[in-house]
Amino acid sequence: MTLYSILVAGILTYFSRMTMVALVSRDMLSDRIKGVLAYVPSAVFPAIIFPGIFINDYGNFIEMNDPKIFAAIVAVIIGYFSKNIIATILAGLISYWFLIFI
Amino acid sequence: MLTKKQLLTRGILDISPHMLSVIPFGIICGAIGVELGFDPYLVYAMSFIIFGGASQIVFLQLLSGGASGLVAAISVGVINSRHLLYGAVLSEYLEKLSLIKKLFFSYVIVDQSFAESNKFFKKNKTEKYLHYHLIGTGCTMWVCWQIATLSGIILGSFVPQELGLKIVIPLTFIAIVVQDLKKIDHLIVMIVCGLSSLLFYDAPFRSYIIISPIIALFVAALILRLKK
Repeated sequence: MTLYSILVAGILTYFSRMTMVALVSRDMLSDRIKGVLAYVPSAVFPAIIFPGIFINDYGNFIEMNDPKIFAAIVAVIIGYFSKNIIATILAGLISYWFLIFI
Repeated sequence: MLTKKQLLTRGILDISPHMLSVIPFGIICGAIGVELGFDPYLVYAMSFIIFGGASQIVFLQLLSGGASGLVAAISVGVINSRHLLYGAVLSEYLEKLSLIKKLFFSYVIVDQSFAESNKFFKKNKTEKYLHYHLIGTGCTMWVCWQIATLSGIILGSFVPQELGLKIVIPLTFIAIVVQDLKKIDHLIVMIVCGLSSLLFYDAPFRSYIIISPIIALFVAALILRLKK
């Protein structure tokens, strides 16, 4: 029953989104915990970035000369200096296409 | 003090650049679903019920690879458990809302809407109607995700795989964190998280995606202690 598993997956996902928002109140978090939570974006997003770049569709590490690594480096440099999301994504995508098609 | 409408508009504007990656990725998600031979209605139902980007692809790939529905569902739950961290961060700003509103707004907390609204919240703590910014970012993500996955389902095999469009996802998150690279403490936390995610990539149920943030947050706590 695929629909049934989708429902279970959806409920689990919704609960992970809702639980903390609904249950945590300001005085439950000490200043120390708030200090650590300020690092959440830096502590979570690389876990999406690194495997997306360094691991291929079959779960293996890519070669060090893979176009994806070059694209990521270009995106980091352009993103750092331009501070622009669209420029960052386009720079990475165009340099990636440039390498795989030319 | 900004009005509700101004905050909503600001949220929509702040999230809109990410559509450059969200829309192609959504199209791929829909297309992969029908390519793998799943009922188009079920593929779309996932966008509505789970509403969780990459976790939807993992779900379909596991099922088509012969995994049981329960294993696939648990994997989605584990992958998306990172939202617990987002909720903990946002709770400070959404505290005053009624429970009903909290229950409703939670549904649109996704990676990008969290990232952009959190950035805005940190700079504008005193605004009264902050949550309208989250409605702007979250609902824009929701609407675009529904349209994109639906388009992917309809286009199906017409979506070219060799374009390698999946790379837009790491790129969009690079755009989110890149400005924090100049802070040495954030840089260390990012490297720890990234390396852990590669190290634990083969952990069961894709749990690397929650294991590595936890390790990175421990390192962050350590850094904070050393700073004092």
